[in-house]
Amino acid sequence: MKVDEIAKATDGEILVLPAVDVDVDRAFAADLMSDILVFAQPKMLMITGLTNPQTIRTAEMSDMPVILFVRGKRPSETLIAMAEEIGIGVLLSPYTMYETCGLLYRAGMPGMGKLPIVQQN
Amino acid sequence: MSQEFSLFARMGKDLQASVLQELTFELKVSRVMTPGPYTLSSQHLMDDVKNVMRERRFSGIPVVDAGELVGIVSVQDLMRAFEEQALDAPIKRFMTSKEHLIIAMADEPVFEALKRLEQTRVGRLLVLNAEHQLVGMLTKGDIMVGLLRALEDAFSREEEQRRQQHPRRFFEALVSDETSLLMRYRIHANDFASGGKASAQIKQALLQMGAAPQLARRVAIATYEAEINLIIHTTDGGYLVAEIRPERITVVAHDTGPGIPNVELARRAGYSTASPLAREMGFGAGMGLVNIDRCTDELNIWTAVGVGTRVEMVFNVTEDGAKAGK
Repeated sequence: MKVDEIAKATDGEILVLPAVDVDVDRAFAADLMSDILVFAQPKMLMITGLTNPQTIRTAEMSDMPVILFVRGKRPSETLIAMAEEIGIGVLLSPYTMYETCGLLYRAGMPGMGKLPIVQQN
Repeated sequence: MSQEFSLFARMGKDLQASVLQELTFELKVSRVMTPGPYTLSSQHLMDDVKNVMRERRFSGIPVVDAGELVGIVSVQDLMRAFEEQALDAPIKRFMTSKEHLIIAMADEPVFEALKRLEQTRVGRLLVLNAEHQLVGMLTKGDIMVGLLRALEDAFSREEEQRRQQHPRRFFEALVSDETSLLMRYRIHANDFASGGKASAQIKQALLQMGAAPQLARRVAIATYEAEINLIIHTTDGGYLVAEIRPERITVVAHDTGPGIPNVELARRAGYSTASPLAREMGFGAGMGLVNIDRCTDELNIWTAVGVGTRVEMVFNVTEDGAKAGK
């Protein structure tokens, strides 16, 4: 799914275009950067409610090309400048995390699929 | 070959004036002349001259007697012999004799020879060595070919230099029994704003050295988690040291406290002692060490309460960047 299609599906706004015209093939939503770092893949969309610069760093480390911020939380100028410099796309959805994910899922964006259930402790 | 390296793309620019001119000063006549010219002796006949000129398409032939240059015989001289119907006469009668010859010395710069060619308007210069023996002939064509060849050499040398400066060749250019590159970063406690900077720079360095993207990503993710740990958990921050070798990358995060009381517990998924600020930043979910373990080929943790912690992460360099043995 291209960036403009993602924006359209979520009624969102494109704040920064990614450096390459990427075709995102799946999405992962979390507010925990460590969780994102576990599952991150190239060509994966990051959906998050956090708007601090660590989101950009996380995307940069794990080659995620686009971040979609939810519930209309506009990121700072610093974050936008960082994204522009690194070449990471930034989108903003007016819907909450749950609804944003639902809209994208309905538009055909896959996730990670079923994962094995693990005992944590 | 990129535009930047293209000989012709640069020739039209400042090169024409500077580098090309410089080359005509630097280049010796001996480098561009046609060596070992075809010669005749002064006792040969003008008829021989006619045959040689026709067969070999020469327009001038040096005349050498017993190893010594005595003159040159040209098309003009041959025409005079025709006019006088004296093709059976020896060359000696028609040749331009030694004292009228326009010569170049083998160790002269091409620039001087070129000037002489321009001023005298002769087609060729005879090239003599220091002992005044004939060693070659020089035409404008020779100079052009010689200059082009020299330019090409200069550019391939330059390109070779650039290639060696390119990080991909970095390790090949450095010869030792064991070469490695060390990148050291000071990480400050609670400095969330800079969090990830060091990891990003290490990742960039790896990619520039030609590491597979998957390897760079593994190293970056593990290093990033370690960097965040230094920011979140330490009293005075610490250091991040990446040692890059051709076959192995080792990243060490070390600090001076507080130390981990129970490493087993800390390595468990979901266990966390992070501050609310860390959680606000999206960390402190108790996944750091678990994630590091997942990305590394080897993970060693030394820690002592009140002393500090040293986390050593080892990544084997593989062609596709995947974990070795997977």
